[in-house]
Amino acid sequence: MSETTVMINGIKISVPAGTSILHAAQKAGFKIPTLCYHPDQEIKANCRICVVEVEGQKNLMPSCATAVSEGMVIKTTTARVLEARRTILELMMAHHPQDCLQCVRNGSCELQELAGEYDVRYNRFPQEDAHLPLDYSTPSIVRDPNKCILCGRCIELCTSKQTVNALGLAHRGFDTQVVPSIGQELFESPCVMCGQCIHACPVGAIDGREQISEFLAAASDPNKVIVTQIAPAVRLAVAEAFGSESGQLSMEQLVGALRMIGFDHVLHTNFAADLTIMEEGYELLERISNGGTLPMFTSCCPAWVRFAEVFYPDFLEHLSTCKSPQQMFGALVKTYWAEKMGISPVKIFSVSIMPCTAKKYEAVRPEMGDSGYSDVDMVLTTKEIIRLFQMTGVNPLKLDAAEFDPWMGEYTGSGVLFGASGGVMEAALRTVYEEMTGRSLVKLEFNEVRGMEGLKEAALDWDGTIVRVAVAHTLSNARVLMDQVAAGKSPYQFIEVMACPGGCIGGGGQPLTRTNEQRAKRMEAIYDEDRSRAVRKSHDNREIKILYNDYLHEILGHKSHELLHTKYTIKRKNI
Amino acid sequence: MCNCGDYIQDMRYVALEKMLDKYRHTTGKIIPVLQKTQEIFKYIPEEAIKIIAEELKIPSSEIYGVATFYGQFHLQVRGKNIIRVCTGTACHVQGGGKLLESITKTLGLSGGTMTTNDLMFTLEPVACLGACGMAPVMMINEDTYGRISPEEVPEIISRYMEKDGIEKCIA
Repeated sequence: MSETTVMINGIKISVPAGTSILHAAQKAGFKIPTLCYHPDQEIKANCRICVVEVEGQKNLMPSCATAVSEGMVIKTTTARVLEARRTILELMMAHHPQDCLQCVRNGSCELQELAGEYDVRYNRFPQEDAHLPLDYSTPSIVRDPNKCILCGRCIELCTSKQTVNALGLAHRGFDTQVVPSIGQELFESPCVMCGQCIHACPVGAIDGREQISEFLAAASDPNKVIVTQIAPAVRLAVAEAFGSESGQLSMEQLVGALRMIGFDHVLHTNFAADLTIMEEGYELLERISNGGTLPMFTSCCPAWVRFAEVFYPDFLEHLSTCKSPQQMFGALVKTYWAEKMGISPVKIFSVSIMPCTAKKYEAVRPEMGDSGYSDVDMVLTTKEIIRLFQMTGVNPLKLDAAEFDPWMGEYTGSGVLFGASGGVMEAALRTVYEEMTGRSLVKLEFNEVRGMEGLKEAALDWDGTIVRVAVAHTLSNARVLMDQVAAGKSPYQFIEVMACPGGCIGGGGQPLTRTNEQRAKRMEAIYDEDRSRAVRKSHDNREIKILYNDYLHEILGHKSHELLHTKYTIKRKNI
Repeated sequence: MCNCGDYIQDMRYVALEKMLDKYRHTTGKIIPVLQKTQEIFKYIPEEAIKIIAEELKIPSSEIYGVATFYGQFHLQVRGKNIIRVCTGTACHVQGGGKLLESITKTLGLSGGTMTTNDLMFTLEPVACLGACGMAPVMMINEDTYGRISPEEVPEIISRYMEKDGIEKCIA
């Protein structure tokens, strides 16, 4: 590629032709502020905060949207540039609530950070707040349109990456707003509650719905036994929040920390993940041998399930009938586990800790009460659990390892894999292969379905039976695979879909996750944990065997269907 | 009460579907489709946006964005007669504010509502009507009224009331 040489603040630098001034300046060592710019998104040039001076140009140029040209002389530090940026900040702040201390993004807000850096001590413009109502219509996400700075990052995420199109810009001038669908509440839009817009938002205009106070109330109720399940992706983000690398915190340290902050019994969603593999693996085998509907799609991801219910109502029979691990766990904790422990299910308050905002929605779906009770009483996101650790002053990294509670705490490497895109597939393949061929796998890793590639596929020849599988993460990729099914041209038998980039490790309930680079690191930590487990195949899980032996009696049996499987309903929304 | 309205409504949706057929395979169609929709309904009902979105496979959020951006599109049902009152500088100094007040009072509008309950009138204050020499100015449909005093308003409006009082159920 040809190089272009430019002068930035007197420093000569060569960059590939077509590079933006923003990136050229970064390479030269100068930071230019950005708001609407996002490394994983298209260039929008909405906010103009990144303006710079270019010699020969009358106006200041947005550096994100201006490509360098040979001999260009750029200045990023002049008084004119700084004054323009500060004015933009003042204008934004005049329409932005000043309650930073009470904001969910206090300390992690991009606007707050810039106001600090640009030394905005007073505002020349009078404060004009819009006083728009907050949107609490979904159990997962809260929108505060008053805080929106109209950067457009959530819209692009929802439109291009997720192809959900729940959000759009409406009205004009000062009245411009980001609104769901036809100016309705979010729940009436096709929103699937993946929560990726939360990571996209530079300010506090979108956030997960918090239930910390409700949790504290439940935890202090002497009549409640708090039982928790924890998902595999949570551990990694907790470690990061306490200033460590993703893999540095052990699951067992986290168990101890959770007991310390009010959880009476700590169990593992991975146990239910192993169970999911048993049920889903056998469902696949049954569909293949009995001419059932294929390809079969995984159903672990509630955002994906809702996506299918909204956008592909005619193809719901392609979804596995298996509940997600969270809901399988929920149905068992108030039946099987309660029985084993001799605890009345009425007393059990089941809390799951998830990297996911859509899980909050999944837990309140009306069909999720097969135990006779609400299967999962509350879902706390990773972000909320970190907040609880911060409030209580408990640093899990400094604690000794503790044991999971019995009966539903044991898990295999396969269960761990559920946290990363391709993981359910890999776990299922390990079990299905051994069941199909009756032989042990020599190499457990299926590298074709690993990594951050948006669409992954593999063709496996198992004793003459060719099984073609595909894995998609982010819903735009899922749409590609679903459109093939709709056109009758899908070459696959089994497809895994996760709505979030990288799978659950990049979930909407994780602490702010800016880039795919960060997600890739967490993925590695998941693979490391799988490698480190003594038992790595779901069907070798000892407690799973006990569960089938003592309670469920057979895979895909009567009891399984009653507790572990579900059905889907068409959701009519304004798409 | 007659129920001829139901029939009229059905016919509008038939017209909408027929119109959408012509746009199925064209690009850059949102604005013309919305214009045609407004011709059919006299405004753009929410239900019509849903139908356009579904039929033309355009996200409803995108259609709503365009419909709310341009002043020419109306998302609320509008009255049979549109009264436009100039709020520009020239009209303002000649008593445009008083004129607007008088119209609001005559129509019995309050609380920011701009359309009368009987759907006969919609009041639309506008930035300029381009007739500053005749300030203060108002227009009712295509008729222009210049240099008018607030006192003349009830009589002028009553002309439109009478006319429509007779035609009301025939329309």
